[in-house]
Amino acid sequence: MIRLEHVSRVFQVGDSVVRALDDVCEEIRTGEHIAIMGPSGSGKSTLLNVLGCLDRPSSGSYQLDGREVSALDDAELTLVRRHLIGFVFQTFQLVPRLSALENVELPMLFAGIPREERLARAAEGISAVGLAPRAEHRPDQLSGGERQRVAVARAVVMRPRVLLADEPTGNLDTRSGGQVLELLSGLNAAGLTLIVVTHDPNVARRAQRTIVLTDGRILRRLAPDAVTASVVAGGSG
Amino acid sequence: MKSGDLLAFAARALRGNRLRSGLTLLGVAIGSAAVVMLTAMGEGANRYVMRQFEGIGSNLLAVVPGKTETHGASAFTSVTTEDLTLEDAEALRRFVPEAQRVAPVSMGSETVSHAERSRQVAVVGSTSEFLEVQKVRLGRGSNLPPGDLRRGTAVVVLGATVAAELFPGADPLGGIVRIGDLRARVIGILEPQGTQLGMNLNEVAILPVAKAMRLFNRSSLFRILIDVRAHADLDAAKERVRALLAERHGEEDVTLISQDAVVESFSNILRTLTLAVAAIAAISLAVSGLGIMNVMLVSVAERRAEVGLLRALGAERGQITRVFLAEALLLSLLGALVGIALGAVCVQLLVWLYPAFPARPPLWAVASAFVLALGVGGAFGLAPARRAARLDPVAALARK
Repeated sequence: MIRLEHVSRVFQVGDSVVRALDDVCEEIRTGEHIAIMGPSGSGKSTLLNVLGCLDRPSSGSYQLDGREVSALDDAELTLVRRHLIGFVFQTFQLVPRLSALENVELPMLFAGIPREERLARAAEGISAVGLAPRAEHRPDQLSGGERQRVAVARAVVMRPRVLLADEPTGNLDTRSGGQVLELLSGLNAAGLTLIVVTHDPNVARRAQRTIVLTDGRILRRLAPDAVTASVVAGGSG
Repeated sequence: MKSGDLLAFAARALRGNRLRSGLTLLGVAIGSAAVVMLTAMGEGANRYVMRQFEGIGSNLLAVVPGKTETHGASAFTSVTTEDLTLEDAEALRRFVPEAQRVAPVSMGSETVSHAERSRQVAVVGSTSEFLEVQKVRLGRGSNLPPGDLRRGTAVVVLGATVAAELFPGADPLGGIVRIGDLRARVIGILEPQGTQLGMNLNEVAILPVAKAMRLFNRSSLFRILIDVRAHADLDAAKERVRALLAERHGEEDVTLISQDAVVESFSNILRTLTLAVAAIAAISLAVSGLGIMNVMLVSVAERRAEVGLLRALGAERGQITRVFLAEALLLSLLGALVGIALGAVCVQLLVWLYPAFPARPPLWAVASAFVLALGVGGAFGLAPARRAARLDPVAALARK
């Protein structure tokens, strides 16, 4: 359960003040699937960073599973990320020198989980995304779709409560993008809260609701069948 | 994060860029090898000199007339003022039980000639014990005859070069040479010698001491050389000699020079030199730390996205610091190991080429090269590691 109350995030850029998030209020239920849309610079990424505890709101309240996290310090936020949040990035962000399996191991490595358990859970995760035969391959030996599936396996290996995906299909063709979306939907169906930032109305339509941001404010909340390119684009005008 | 996992992760990162890691490692290796090799050579020089001194005899005690405060100087160059007599030598021989041999020495320069040939040489007046005290070997013939110090026969033992020059193509043994206004029969020839403490024993003529003193018209000896029975008795011998001569002369007017003092000051000089070259080598090792720092800074800059990712996945700041610090330490550790091995091999090669030069890296130098390399890796790796840890994850991830 995520609750944002009057969340603002203000950046000082030179002399001017940029309000990347401006008084955002929102509630996301556990297990919900949300899409966030909006033109470039509308605050999508900032919202995602705040939700992911990579960034803190300048003001307002953010409660995650009933816990106020906007006031936590860096070390505490790190632990929140480690245990409660999974990330999937547009550019996959796999460590190039490590095999697929080792990339999935990474979060457990820093969490101090013993090697045997790490290997077992990583292998399980790799199988779950259908890449068991390619577990020993390095990222540069994998296709884009395969890389993103490895990244998804890595994002959920610590069994988080929330999965944040930033344009997860942005660098993929339709077919492998579809596979990744199926994977994400499956995880969501198993109870994981899923928040996807996207430009693509087809991706957004898979979500239960779509939030459209403009200039750091929530402009609209749309049901899936209301998401069209024109509605979103019109919002930017 | 467990330390084994941390090291494995760091090693993985280093292998990710073999050339760069290899070159940095080489920098540390060269510094460590320099420390090992230069100290090995310093110690080798020290040991070599000690060995040379041992050849002369570390049990040697020289009694020099006059109260000069010369330390570590050659036993043949200090100033003589007070008398030191043959009677003193006899008394020392009789009343100093620690003295195994006592050789009175009178010395001067004189022209030695035979037929048309003549040569200016150092003339030493002494006894048969001179050769033993000075550890000089007789080549052919016989040593000076033993007997009364105050009466000498007109015989001479020549250095190898003098003998060869004065008697070209002839046997010098039994020949008569003229030394100043003295005529003496050649009874012995020394083995060719190296130079010992500034005295060329190839260019000497050794006469019985009484003859030499008469030749130079002197009543005082140049010095008295004493071969002490055991090195442990040296101090006792010194005390007894000093007391005996003070009693005989009415005051303490002699100076005692032992090889110990000379050896010690040489050894001190060489040890200081070794430390100095070790310090220079240590500087080159420290400079290799700049290489580590440079590589780590580049690595941090290149791996910003990775750092951002690791932070997003729940890596703590401290863990990021440790990951990069471990890389720097691994680089310096491997560099030190390679360098020490390299240095040891080079030293072995040197010893193999020049067996007379007993070079060996001292343990303290190997240990300090190792510790210093690790220290340098840690010190120069810390700043880049902290820079990585301080990266803002959002900014780090955003930059591709």
